[in-house]
Amino acid sequence: MGQVVLKEINKFFDGVHAVKDVNLQIRDKEFMVFVGPSGCGKTTTLRMIAGLEAISSGDISIDGNVVNGLAPMDRDIAMVFQNYALYPHMSVYDNMAFGLKMRKFEKPEIDKRVLEAADILGIGDLLKRRPRQLSGGQRQRVALGRAIVRHPRVFLFDEPLSNLDAKLRVQMRVELKKLHLRLGTTAIYVTHDQVEAMTLGDRVVVMKDGVVQQVGEPLELYNQPANKFVAGFIGSPAMNFAVVTVTEANGSLIAENSGLRIKLPDETAQRLRGHIGREVMLGVRPEDLTVAGSADLDLPCFDAVIEVVEQLGSEILLDMKVGENIMVASVEPTARVRVGDKLRFAMRPSRLHVFNAQTEAAI
Amino acid sequence: MIEGARWRKWVFFYVPMVLFLLFLLFPFYWMVITSVRPDGELYRPWNSINYNPFWTWKPTWEHVRYLFEETLFASWLWNTTFIALASTAISLVCGVFAGYALSRLNFPFAGSLGTAIFITYLVPQTLLFIPLAEIIRNYRLGDTPWSLILTYPTFLIPFCTWLMMGYFKAVPKELEECARIDGASRWQAMLYIVIPVAIPGILSAGIFAFTLSWNEFIYALVFLSSPEQKTVPVGVTSELIRGDVFYWGPLMAGALLGSIPVAIAYSFFVEHYVAGLTGSVKG
Repeated sequence: MGQVVLKEINKFFDGVHAVKDVNLQIRDKEFMVFVGPSGCGKTTTLRMIAGLEAISSGDISIDGNVVNGLAPMDRDIAMVFQNYALYPHMSVYDNMAFGLKMRKFEKPEIDKRVLEAADILGIGDLLKRRPRQLSGGQRQRVALGRAIVRHPRVFLFDEPLSNLDAKLRVQMRVELKKLHLRLGTTAIYVTHDQVEAMTLGDRVVVMKDGVVQQVGEPLELYNQPANKFVAGFIGSPAMNFAVVTVTEANGSLIAENSGLRIKLPDETAQRLRGHIGREVMLGVRPEDLTVAGSADLDLPCFDAVIEVVEQLGSEILLDMKVGENIMVASVEPTARVRVGDKLRFAMRPSRLHVFNAQTEAAI
Repeated sequence: MIEGARWRKWVFFYVPMVLFLLFLLFPFYWMVITSVRPDGELYRPWNSINYNPFWTWKPTWEHVRYLFEETLFASWLWNTTFIALASTAISLVCGVFAGYALSRLNFPFAGSLGTAIFITYLVPQTLLFIPLAEIIRNYRLGDTPWSLILTYPTFLIPFCTWLMMGYFKAVPKELEECARIDGASRWQAMLYIVIPVAIPGILSAGIFAFTLSWNEFIYALVFLSSPEQKTVPVGVTSELIRGDVFYWGPLMAGALLGSIPVAIAYSFFVEHYVAGLTGSVKG
């Protein structure tokens, strides 16, 4: 079992309100990811769950028991730190066995568990080495192994992959996912990397300035972001935004600003009936823009001047100027586009996002 | 390193380094050569024909023999060793715990307390010995090793605390947090994780404290009076300088033998010691 519930959690640091009224239910066996820019309170929240940081107000319970006052050692959790925190004066074996020794396990049981974990992680031949003799990836595995041997109710990960190089990070990401499927232990994972969040998480919590912005499955966040922040944070390259004024002409709604004039598709228009004459924020993802062909005449279209062409191999990113707005489009790698070209782009009507210009909440 | 032509390396590196070495090592050379020169050579006037202050063809153990047979040098050595080890041990234990507390436990005024401890280190010993003499007399500790073992920590503990504070701050906090999640109490985390990791820092603090108390002069001069209780620095200077008569041979032999233990301690721990000063935690 490993169900974690956060109820009205608040944290103040010297008068700074670092975490504000966080309510969360993390289900048993779930892989939950906290994501957000640095300083958003995600690590603080994790550390409060671990018991390393006191809670200013609210309740944290694990499997129904409130653990607010419990020391870290009594919460039956294991944590993997960003800098691995391997004990430098101990061998890999002793690093992994430390938690079990502290809990007075019998020697044969310690042996069994360490060897088992080492086997899962493929570090069986490193057990006698010291941490400083290991590569970054190996240290990462040892840190994971140290968490696994304990068979805790919850794993906590604090940006465990951010010290690895890009290639190794992708590889370890896959291994973490496999490991979670194999062990089935509840995991709470903190990262600032939205790709990690999307690929690893069963559900993702997006945080900003200590406030939970949205909780949902990765695709839910991608397709139905709750506000402009989530829309801009999830997805790479980031969503394009443009402030437009909604007007009505001939019974249909038009969104326009200095360089843009788009006839809004019916489904979006329905939602914006109440906003006629007012400003709203229009959002469209780079991958939902296409170079308009003759078949796209009835789609919402606009003209743009190409400023930068970024060849990524699998796609081409076009930085372009639309009136006074800068937008990015991701197009097929076969497209022949040059800097300075004037092109007409079409957007998929169903993929248009609109946000309140003041509150930034999705409309 | 210096790049470019070979002469640049000579002018800017080798020559200055040799001069520097000569400057630093000459007093030691002088000490060694004086302690093995026979008296006849030592007191030869500078304008005599065979005057040669930098070398001797007739080295002698006479001064060392004099030191051990005619003075209480052996007891001085033993006193100094005992006092230095005991006061270092006391200061290290206090310094490690205090340094840990000041750098890791968040309690009110931890910062200002740390500064206050450092300020006590700045009070000159030449002033502090006056009130301390009063205390030593009241507790009837005068002329015993305890008068020094208990007063040396007055400057060693602030020193060790300050050094260990810096070192503990360099030990990643996550190591301890991880240990506490792993099931260690704060005490166990300190004992099994933080202190072993801080061994280089503890060693450097220990070497410094040992050297400071080994070489200490003022307190030893004031608190000890009988010859058999004295330490090497005080014994050598008070027993081998009588009025205006300097027994240069035994004096230098005493200084040489007195500096050997410190030199051994330094060279033995030098690797850890350097690591401790730079505050590096490998891992």
